[in-house]
Amino acid sequence: MSDAVLMQLVADLLAGRIRIIDLTQTLSPDFPQIVLPPEMGQAWPFRIEETSRYDERGPAWYWNNFSCSEHTGTHFDAPIHWISGRHLANGSTDTIPCAHFIAPACVLDCTQEAAADADFLLTVDFLRNWERQHGRIPQGAWILMRTDWSKRTDPVAYQNLDETGQHTPGPDTDAVRFLVDDRRVLGFGSEAIGTDAGQAFHLKPPYPCHYYMHGSGRYGLQCLTNLDLLPATGSIVIAAPLKIKQGSGSPLRALALVPAPTGAPSRRPQGTVRKAAKVAKGRAAKKRR
Amino acid sequence: MTSPLVRAPRKNPVVRTRVPNLPPGMRSRVALGLTAAAAQGRFELQVCRDCGRVQYPPREACCACLSHRLDWRAQDGAGDLVSETTLRHSFELFFRERMPWRLGMIRLDCGPVVVAHLHGDCPAAPARVRVRASLDRAGQAVLIAIPEKDTPNMADDRQLREMTCDPKFRKVLITDAKTALGQALADAVVAAGADLVWAGYAEPWKKSPGFERMASIPQVSLLALDLTNSRAVRDIAGEIGGRVDILINTADYHRNFGIAVRNGIEVARAEMEMNYFGLLRLAQEFAPAMRARAADGQSSAVAWVNLLSIFALSSFPPHGTYSASKAAALSLAQCLRAELASAGVRVINVFPGPIDDEWSQALPPPKIAPGRLAAAIVDALRSGAEDVYPGEVAEDWLTRWRDNPKALERELAAASR
Repeated sequence: MSDAVLMQLVADLLAGRIRIIDLTQTLSPDFPQIVLPPEMGQAWPFRIEETSRYDERGPAWYWNNFSCSEHTGTHFDAPIHWISGRHLANGSTDTIPCAHFIAPACVLDCTQEAAADADFLLTVDFLRNWERQHGRIPQGAWILMRTDWSKRTDPVAYQNLDETGQHTPGPDTDAVRFLVDDRRVLGFGSEAIGTDAGQAFHLKPPYPCHYYMHGSGRYGLQCLTNLDLLPATGSIVIAAPLKIKQGSGSPLRALALVPAPTGAPSRRPQGTVRKAAKVAKGRAAKKRR
Repeated sequence: MTSPLVRAPRKNPVVRTRVPNLPPGMRSRVALGLTAAAAQGRFELQVCRDCGRVQYPPREACCACLSHRLDWRAQDGAGDLVSETTLRHSFELFFRERMPWRLGMIRLDCGPVVVAHLHGDCPAAPARVRVRASLDRAGQAVLIAIPEKDTPNMADDRQLREMTCDPKFRKVLITDAKTALGQALADAVVAAGADLVWAGYAEPWKKSPGFERMASIPQVSLLALDLTNSRAVRDIAGEIGGRVDILINTADYHRNFGIAVRNGIEVARAEMEMNYFGLLRLAQEFAPAMRARAADGQSSAVAWVNLLSIFALSSFPPHGTYSASKAAALSLAQCLRAELASAGVRVINVFPGPIDDEWSQALPPPKIAPGRLAAAIVDALRSGAEDVYPGEVAEDWLTRWRDNPKALERELAAASR
């Protein structure tokens, strides 16, 4: 049975009936990192140094060493990232059950609200309204807050800082509690640089999404992109952090599987796989000769 | 009277760029005493402790009484120009390319007769002049006689400009112009006649007061530049590296910790990443083009300025990891100086005491104001110096360090208790 499901999945992927959406920002030295008061410990931005490039340092190969924070670029937040989750079992990147790395997603379209107000806070009313349209949020699902914030390609606009700090959208305290306690979601994902709103330091408690999600063993995804390509329901998110020992989070390649719109042309040219298989067979045959 | 420098016409791109040739650079160990003083902008001669004779050229022993007890003492350089000559031929490549060249013989009021380069505004002999020691393109001390009183456009003198790194009609890169110092420097080099100032800025999402005003100066051109980002440094060097005449590295990461008061190494690493590796990245990417353009006409590549700290000489324990990063940067700057010497590009190291900024909040005055520090840097470019200790604290610490480095170490350790 499960064999058949997997084979069907592969067939659907090959046929373009299921599409893979990349939810990941490119890891680049130019991508902004979270801003904290300068006297505090700082998250490293992504940095990359050439090891060799077909030169005297390594004549036939090109490779780099890179450095970054666990919380740089599109990244996963583990429960031990926050003080409220520090004592939880299986709360670090190396101990989180793998089963949690693939989960359905509910995508909340907050684009209009975020465009009107950078400090937009997602409320319980908003969530209940969403459920009236799309059905009850299932247990164990990712909640992805779509704001189109990732379309702000200018880092200044993306960070959106002024004298009072950052102004980016996020959930309010009650919405987080509703998602954690009443809907038992897997985690919360955001296009902005944090799962919490830019001004969430002033909420009660400060940074409620970090506080309650991680305090209850749930996860965070930040700096997501392409959420506009996901349906409100029906997509599957694949989000596996690097297996860092006692890691509080990790940059990752976040992907989503979505059903292709019916009638949409297949994205993958038919027969590619079969052709490749033929070529491989031919090579093997030559070898035998 | 010197006629004011006129902006040179655009370079003819099909003509071979002139290769930097240097004036004679060999000096005896004793003669390097003259260079050591000139490096700090002072004119010093040997004075015999036994008979009081002031002598030149430098020697192992007193030319009057043969005593070896000779002290280098600052001289005011006043004297009489007794004769002069104009060179029209030389086998030295450097001078051959720059003929005619005026030389004079000066009897200093303190005694010795010296041969010096003669500023164009010095009247014909006999005349009163002032003799200065300056570093030349070879990085060695030479004597230059200037008029007794300043004349208009004095700095534009052709021979003098071959010794100095005057910003006039030059293009200047300031690596971090977000700070008060960076902005003050942009103002100062523009006031000094710079043609163009590239004002570097990192982390554009963090605003800094005064930045927009500086950005509106017509000569200023903004440049996204973060010295911790190797790719950005390489890209920017590719873009403008072949045009930078004066590079002023103001990028600085400064936190206020010793070893015990801060867990972990992250702050120390960030300081090294900017203050040491940042300089290294910059040097690897920008130095080659500057070397190649060191004799590129009137507005050649001439100087590389490093903002170091007086803490580079001896650790200031309350800012211990910062001190270490600046000591590392000093060591690297000496390496850079050695590598740029063969092209005649001067490396100027600036060692201020605490700057009056947010990272020296807890230190008592005197603290050097950014504007004063910027003025000291422009002064160094216009004079022949390469080591600058601006402000009272820097001067005081330098004096104590030279007198007895161990005593200074103990005194600074006491400051952390």
